[in-house]
Amino acid sequence: MGSIGAKEVPVLLSPEGRRIDGRRLDELRPLKITAGALHEADGSAYVEWGANKVMAAVYGPREVHPRHLQQNNKAIVQCRYNMAAFSVDERKRPGLDRRSQEISKVISEAFESVIFAEEYPRTSIDVYIEVLQANAGTRCAGIVAASVALADAGIPMVDLLPSVAVGKVAGEIALDLKKEEDNYGEADVPMALVPQSGRLVLLQMEGHLTAPELARALELGVRGCRSIYETMKQALRDRYATGEAAEPQGAA
Amino acid sequence: MTDEVAAEILTTHILDLARSGRRLDGRGTNDYREIKVEPGFVVTADGSALTTIGTTKVVCGVKLEPGKPFPDTPNAGVLTTNAELVPLSSPTFEPGPPHPRAIEVSRVVDRAIRAAETIDLTRLCVTPAEKCWTCFVDIHVLDHTGNLIDAALLAALGALTHATVPAKRFGIRDADYPLEVKHLPVECTFVRLGDTIVVDPSFDEEQAAQGRLTVATDELGNVVAMQKGLIGAFSPEDVNQVVERALRHGERLRRIAQGSAP
Repeated sequence: MGSIGAKEVPVLLSPEGRRIDGRRLDELRPLKITAGALHEADGSAYVEWGANKVMAAVYGPREVHPRHLQQNNKAIVQCRYNMAAFSVDERKRPGLDRRSQEISKVISEAFESVIFAEEYPRTSIDVYIEVLQANAGTRCAGIVAASVALADAGIPMVDLLPSVAVGKVAGEIALDLKKEEDNYGEADVPMALVPQSGRLVLLQMEGHLTAPELARALELGVRGCRSIYETMKQALRDRYATGEAAEPQGAA
Repeated sequence: MTDEVAAEILTTHILDLARSGRRLDGRGTNDYREIKVEPGFVVTADGSALTTIGTTKVVCGVKLEPGKPFPDTPNAGVLTTNAELVPLSSPTFEPGPPHPRAIEVSRVVDRAIRAAETIDLTRLCVTPAEKCWTCFVDIHVLDHTGNLIDAALLAALGALTHATVPAKRFGIRDADYPLEVKHLPVECTFVRLGDTIVVDPSFDEEQAAQGRLTVATDELGNVVAMQKGLIGAFSPEDVNQVVERALRHGERLRRIAQGSAP
């Protein structure tokens, strides 16, 4: 460590076009999804994605708490994205900070865009996402886990929601950033795709991108989502082929 | 229940109009309501601005106080953005801890200010690791008739571009000096109404919307922040089209925020 604040920026992209962990620009980190990882929940899934470890559970449709949120014509989707205190290098204060609350809101809205909520009036579908180990892209890992958990719970949906972040690393648009790339990168664009319609139900962005760069980022992200979609479907097939919690499967 | 039925009828009507490119208040799909930014609205603040977009009214006050830099950024000042959706601004807001909707407004505005490097935070450092300026950007929504995000960032930008660093008051320098603003981000918010995507949604249009998309751009033509909100979806082509529209609106919004003629 040098003087305070003068951190060394690592080489993020080799002259051969390889990234810090040897990946190419359009390559995902290894992704493992286990559907049905918990006993108590109505549906659950565990995701290991690069160095991210994320658990998701679904309860419901069940009674709405607090009651005044109840809607007479449809179910509400309440998502809670939470990071464990030990999930990051420096201990995080437990509980939902403002970042987690914002992420919870956009994830709830993403799922409410695909769930057939009108089939369960006056109920709540509660989606809990716990980040146990974080290494960039936790909201995307959370959405992937939650969406498999929703399917595991038998909640009717238009489609699963694959999700990935695209960023800009050493001037190049790159798929699925890991922590070092995110920290020193120039932009971050998390998204979640409805594969059937090709539309995005979650989209955020921070950094600096020109309009053509953003178009390229969307294209790369959509392609990444389609590959993640296959892994998600395989996890569900594995779960229901045996009838009990399946062994973790490698990325498709 | 009658409220719900009335809302349903209104939503259907808004979507019907949108199908032929029309809107409830007669605007075109790419028209903003009238925008005004009035800097210096609050004299007790170090910088302030009152922004109206149509009847949406937002006031932003900037305060600078000496503080301590964060351990991981010892050479930079601190910037915090907070938005309050106080109950007086809408019958739908209740008192209590910040609603996720308020948190979203502040975080989306904060993201644009930070990503665009509106303020060079290293210039707010007084003594590395010991003393710096903490810049509080507090946004108060007074009248919520739609499109809070755009109004909030315009107010913040108006307040920051006219802010004074109170160096004399805190004995840090002999005289106060103007806060240096490096870049000028503005946000443009769009909602989907059926197959039509309209800019600057009114409150009723937000209720009827099938997805909302906010794009922040800077004066160099970069996209610096985005947020998709509400229930609904956008295709990548929709997003690219919205970005183009946001870049075009951006130039005019920036001029208004800086206080020159619209």
